[in-house]
Amino acid sequence: MKPTKRYLLSAVGLAGFLLLWEAIAQSGLIEAHLLPPPSTLPATFISEVRLGIWQEMVWASLSHYTVGFLLGSLFGVTLGVSVALYPRVEASQAWLARVFRPIPPLAWIPFAIIWFGISETAAAFIISIGIFWINYFTAMTAVQAVDKDLIEVARAFGHRSMIALLRKVILPGAAPGILSGLRAGLGQGWMTVVAAELFGIPGIGQRMIEASGLLASEVVVLYMFSIALLYGVSDYIFVRIQSRLLEWQR
Amino acid sequence: MATVIHTEDLAVSFDGVTPVFEGLNLAIEKGEFVTLVGVSGAGKSTLLRVIADLIAPFRGTVRIDTPDDPLRRAIAMVFQAANLMPWRRVRENITLGLEGIDVSDELKAERVRWTLELVGLTDYADRWPYQLSGGQRQRIGIARGLAVDPDILLMDEPFGALDAITRNALQDELLHIWEETGKSILFVTHDIEEAVYLGDRVLLLGDEPAHIINEYHIGIDRAERRESEAFLHEVEKVRAGLKHAIDIASNHN
Repeated sequence: MKPTKRYLLSAVGLAGFLLLWEAIAQSGLIEAHLLPPPSTLPATFISEVRLGIWQEMVWASLSHYTVGFLLGSLFGVTLGVSVALYPRVEASQAWLARVFRPIPPLAWIPFAIIWFGISETAAAFIISIGIFWINYFTAMTAVQAVDKDLIEVARAFGHRSMIALLRKVILPGAAPGILSGLRAGLGQGWMTVVAAELFGIPGIGQRMIEASGLLASEVVVLYMFSIALLYGVSDYIFVRIQSRLLEWQR
Repeated sequence: MATVIHTEDLAVSFDGVTPVFEGLNLAIEKGEFVTLVGVSGAGKSTLLRVIADLIAPFRGTVRIDTPDDPLRRAIAMVFQAANLMPWRRVRENITLGLEGIDVSDELKAERVRWTLELVGLTDYADRWPYQLSGGQRQRIGIARGLAVDPDILLMDEPFGALDAITRNALQDELLHIWEETGKSILFVTHDIEEAVYLGDRVLLLGDEPAHIINEYHIGIDRAERRESEAFLHEVEKVRAGLKHAIDIASNHN
């Protein structure tokens, strides 16, 4: 399929969905607060922006998200790489990982609140957990998959210390895998950001739960789309950086 | 002539019990082109790796006798599958061995120019490895080895994966480079004609545990080697020696 045709069909699909939704909402079959028509969204957006709420909530969520993303990614990649490199580290954490891995990020909410209160730190902590596991596993797998022959080449040309091998072979070789883990974490982060805020930590999630209490369902929908937009933008930026870094791949 | 590689009673073992080869005595003179053939599993590639200090010997010693020079490395290796780093452009692949020794940027650039010229790929410095053919990759693998201006070049079946035409071309290029640079070369191959065509001497590795069971001095002038009567005669001699070694090995098992 030609790219133009592809774009056209995608646009038709999205427009068709919105039209169908608008038609159902307008028909009166379903009450407006159960399914607000999409045509109410621009006005809702303008009013939320005028009140300053949209900016405030997006900014708050973005900051939880950024801190959680950075922490989870940093620890996940570091531990994943160490586990792949050192059998002793691998062995000492193997059962720990088996115990903690199946616990979903949201199950940490009670402890996040006990430890950090209803705070930004609590939200960032919850977000970082899911991101941590994704990066831990992808980084570990990526390092394990680095071509052993290339490590031998680096050693043969005088790069023998672990630091030198990391810089010359292991990290560049694992980069495609590590970057795809970071990208997956980018999406996972937005999923938990809302859930983490549903408990009253200021942000998009909190505003959504507040609006649903007032049956202001068009506000809920607005923030749902805001998340989609934020994810879309962050993913787009990430992919641009990724393809720059992986220019050597074809 | 000075000996550049000297092994004495060398043995290597992967499990610390059974040696792959044993009692291996080898002396390679400065500027000599020595080829190594042998029964598969006799440890031809392993021998190169012990000499390159990538594997520790189980017993015995390796002595490398080359002048100290901070701008060069004593040994460089060329691998079977060129093994270029895919995330480095050709230029950075060539300078891999120069990182970590005290070489100025000007000298690095000069080495890249010089080696690319030697392997006939002058315009390729900014390509990515994926943009090269198999033969070109192997040429860059050779350039990477030459860039550290080594006294000794260890080559592990470097042309094994190439088609016949490319292989012949690279063999002649390698001889040309060798004549121009005077490097000492130890070249592993499973191709007997290649071994006889390239080598001043052909070493035959065999028996269990393996050691050097025979050595053939190829006295024919290189210009007359390909397809001459004397060349084919030498090839037959080495082939018979290898066949004998394989027969002994299969009687062992």
